[in-house]
Amino acid sequence: MNRKKVMTSLAMAATLTLLMTSCANQAATPGSTSAAAGGSGLNLDVKVLTSIETPKDAVLPAGDGKATCADTTTLAYIGAETGANAQLGINIFNGVQLAIDQHNKANPGCQVAFKKFDTEGDPTKATGPVTQATKEENIIGVVGLPFSGESKATGNIFEQVKMVHITPAATNPGLTENGWTTFFRGLGNDAVQGPAAAKFMTGTLGAKKVYLVQDDSDYGIGLGGTTTTGLGDAMVGSDKVTTGQKDFSATISKIINAKADAVFYSGYFAEGAPFNQQLVAKGFKGAFVGPDGVKDDQFIKQAGDASNNAFFTCPCIPGELIPTFADAYKTLTNAEPGTYSIEGYDAATVLLAGIDKGNQDRAKLLEWVNNYDASGLSKHYKWDDKGELQAPAVYGYRVQDGKIVPIGAIGE
Amino acid sequence: MLSTVLTAVPADSDWINFDVAALAQNFWSATFDGLTFGAIYALVALGYTLVYGVLNLINFAHSEVFIMGCYAVFFTLSFLGFGPSAPNLSFGAILINIILALIAAIVASAVTAFLVERLAYRPLRKRNAPRLVYLITAIGASFVIQYLIFLWRGPLPEPALTMFIPTPIFEVFGTIIDSQQIVIVVAAVIMMVLVDQFIRRSRTGRGIRAVAQDPDTATLMGVNKEKIIVTTFIIGGILAGAAALFYVMKIPSGVQYNGGFILGIKAFAAAVLGGIGNVRGALLGGLLLGLIGNYGQILLGSSQWTDVVAFVVLVLVLLIRPQGILGTSLGRSKA
Amino acid sequence: MSTTDGPTPLPGAKASQAAADRQSKKGGAGTSADATHKKGLFGAWSEKWQAMPRQKQWLYLIVVVLIAYALPVINPPILSTEPGNDFPLALFSMAVYALVAVGLNIVIGYAGLLDLGYIAFFAVGSYTAAMLTSPDSPFVKIPYLWTIPLAIVVAMCVGVILGIPTLRLRGDYLAIVTLGFGEIIRILATLIPAMKGQVGFQNVGRPPGEGADGIPIFANSNGTPWYWLTLTILIIVLFLAGNLERSRVGRSWIAIREDEDAAETMGVPTFKYKVWAFALGAGVGGMSGALFAGQVGFVNNQKFDIVTSILFVAAVVLGGVGNKVGAVFGGALVAYIPLRFTAIAEYKYLIFGIALMLIMIYRPKGLIPARQRLLAYGQQAYQRVRETSAKKSAVVTEKEV
Repeated sequence: MNRKKVMTSLAMAATLTLLMTSCANQAATPGSTSAAAGGSGLNLDVKVLTSIETPKDAVLPAGDGKATCADTTTLAYIGAETGANAQLGINIFNGVQLAIDQHNKANPGCQVAFKKFDTEGDPTKATGPVTQATKEENIIGVVGLPFSGESKATGNIFEQVKMVHITPAATNPGLTENGWTTFFRGLGNDAVQGPAAAKFMTGTLGAKKVYLVQDDSDYGIGLGGTTTTGLGDAMVGSDKVTTGQKDFSATISKIINAKADAVFYSGYFAEGAPFNQQLVAKGFKGAFVGPDGVKDDQFIKQAGDASNNAFFTCPCIPGELIPTFADAYKTLTNAEPGTYSIEGYDAATVLLAGIDKGNQDRAKLLEWVNNYDASGLSKHYKWDDKGELQAPAVYGYRVQDGKIVPIGAIGE
Repeated sequence: MLSTVLTAVPADSDWINFDVAALAQNFWSATFDGLTFGAIYALVALGYTLVYGVLNLINFAHSEVFIMGCYAVFFTLSFLGFGPSAPNLSFGAILINIILALIAAIVASAVTAFLVERLAYRPLRKRNAPRLVYLITAIGASFVIQYLIFLWRGPLPEPALTMFIPTPIFEVFGTIIDSQQIVIVVAAVIMMVLVDQFIRRSRTGRGIRAVAQDPDTATLMGVNKEKIIVTTFIIGGILAGAAALFYVMKIPSGVQYNGGFILGIKAFAAAVLGGIGNVRGALLGGLLLGLIGNYGQILLGSSQWTDVVAFVVLVLVLLIRPQGILGTSLGRSKA
Repeated sequence: MSTTDGPTPLPGAKASQAAADRQSKKGGAGTSADATHKKGLFGAWSEKWQAMPRQKQWLYLIVVVLIAYALPVINPPILSTEPGNDFPLALFSMAVYALVAVGLNIVIGYAGLLDLGYIAFFAVGSYTAAMLTSPDSPFVKIPYLWTIPLAIVVAMCVGVILGIPTLRLRGDYLAIVTLGFGEIIRILATLIPAMKGQVGFQNVGRPPGEGADGIPIFANSNGTPWYWLTLTILIIVLFLAGNLERSRVGRSWIAIREDEDAAETMGVPTFKYKVWAFALGAGVGGMSGALFAGQVGFVNNQKFDIVTSILFVAAVVLGGVGNKVGAVFGGALVAYIPLRFTAIAEYKYLIFGIALMLIMIYRPKGLIPARQRLLAYGQQAYQRVRETSAKKSAVVTEKEV
């Protein structure tokens, strides 16, 4: 065993020497730039937005306080509560919870119950909870489902029982092409976000060469497609990655060899964060732009300091800039409003307003949403006959001092 | 697969194409990146190879031995004040911290390997169970460790830590080689050489070879088989711990409950590729697998191909040369 | 090693019932912790069953089957997975898992080939059904029910294609290569545009028929007909598997499992029978995949991951390697636990991991051990169908050990 110890210490010593050389080198060449793509000519100094205007006539969940309804009236949230994508779901149902709390407090005559069903964000697991919810007669409206895949898998179940559901987060454009009359989207879809993101990169950021990387999700592919169209000649190359991938070195060497000055990652933060981290570690100096799937505090945690070059686009409104909402949300959850919290809140408000106006069964509530034309806290809600919002907005965000901060509406 | 079975032609059949130009353009960077990752595979593969050599058992839980090392690195470095930013320390201080993390990783991995042997395999060995039973137990152990971590740390990876910013060292064929790549490859190769020498020359190493060749005879000749088996697991653990350090260095956000699973499978593939039970084979297999994966994904146009290419090569090698490239077993590797 | 018993399980099969009895008879087991396995309750039941006239056996069986069919209608309160999950749908997924386990049991249990990539065949079946019925697919469309036999055929072909190269490998190598294939099929579904990756296929076909209100009988929200369909198929497969087991092929498999070299020496064409086992197992896997695709109505590559594949292995091992009734039980249990106890759903992999280890260490033949009396096989299996209970207490006691 003695020899083994010697061997081990030898190994240590060897490692030590190596690390020393590397560190010494590091000290010797501070700030030396590699042959990596430069970020020259990029305008990375985008101003941060500190307040947004809310519509003056916004409908609030409290209503006029005189509503009456049966005790059994129930709204539901169906979506992820556990699983890898739980955070997005939690942001949403907290928003819904807040709306319902405010409504019930203001309307003693109408106490709307709230039920949650967990899908884990998994299309194959979603049918069970959705079926269960549609079977419960008291549930007359649903906020959900948050993800495009599960929405796709379950939309027809809602359609069968004619139950209205407003998704606060699913952005795949194809969802409204299924002829479903019960599906409503409470935000802009990827066909809106993609071109806006492209415009943001080539316009606001001034990028000349954009490299597009998409993952293998429904979302990533769809958004990748609309962004590609939007980018036109500015796109110098593209690559595809896999959900769960950790090593992106081959993709990165292609980006660096293409001398791209901006990278658009069409996917989620789980892959986007390590990707950006490795990209920057390889000396990439340009901008990293990701959509709403990347816009998450986890992105900053997992990408570390590399996230300082990151920008996000999102059809979501920065709820944290609406003080009344942000404060109430914080009181309820001890956390800042997250991505899609305000969309969840607004979607619930639309349904609650309908209940207050006496639309207390599924058919009437569906009719109500169909004809809805009023402002919510975040934007104006009026749907076309397919269930798309008529005037969606896309916002830009960036990372500053380890936080995601809004930089205003983009792509207009 | 399916589309070949069904006679109908898919609407768009250009899903497979060979982008030779891209490969030529990115050849050297792909090579160096492939070698870096290959070195990590090789270190993990050694753990599989040693245990397989001695027990004829795929230690399916070895990927969890590895991930425990990653967690140890993460906790040690966070405790020492490392964070998302590059540490503002002299290189000596960084070095000492990294070595502390290395020691922690080695201890964590070795202890995990030891426990897995004790709790999962030893009871079976006492009963002389069939090999299938070992494998299923190993899968069980792997699941248990993974999901204990899951319950403890949640589904998300740990926040990234930066050990040092890789700096370019020199340029080969127009491709920058940075300090990180050099550290990983050279340190890994040195460790493998040491292990190789240890197994060839030391008394314990001779014992390992003896047990690998013929456990019963070895026992008769006075080798303590149980001790040798435990030692083998621990050596595998030590190497996995070192691999963990390099892995976290390269992929800081890779510290995740199931982060070792696929890497473990690929490391095992590397061990089989080189010839399982063969120490040098593990090195060769690891580096080859790293390179093949990288070339393959660039040639075929998207990084989604990496695993497919790696597995197809593995299957081909097994069909043509079932004993792997270098082929010899641990026992016969050097008398 | 199998004689080191925990409590003797009261043999049970139709898992749902077993689960029900577990609830009520908690703590009722642990009666024979000693080595008097064969004289224990299990043995007593066994003898009793064997002593029964054939007609009486059939009678009991019919009762069990009828209860199984009636389950979604009765919706027994303790057993029910509601309000978290719709009970008929839960029953359907139990039946599918049971079917998968029966198929995988042919490969692992009978022929002793550890296939860690069984999910690949499940995926092939799902994709066959989806690609030939979903409007999202460019292929010719055929009625859904035809895709079930077709899924069997396609999966069997894939099984043969995969089997011929890989089955030359032994044991562990086979395990890792099948694992690789399982993963490759999933990735190929991403890479081949016709298979649509995560985008997937929606509106997968369903058996014909509409209710009075215009909603299809086999709607994806309506678990009961799907459950009945799957249960019927499961019973047919069980009959066939039972016959196969007693046939020349079945005996060859067991010979291969016990000692491949010896079997070869004794003139068993081992390679041929191994490929057969692989292909037949694949066929059942493909069929369950097609059923699954039909019910969910949506197929993409997300469900077909390695972890699920290993869950399948856990189902077989849990029930008892080599025992088809055990497989039914194990499969149903693996599906049932996370759906019923949603609070512990998060722990399911941990629980199944621990179960795998403990069962292999203390009870390597599973909860319902297979027995090696070939000619009496069928009878014994049915006998276990009739009798139930005590599974859970067995697991509990083993954890305490």
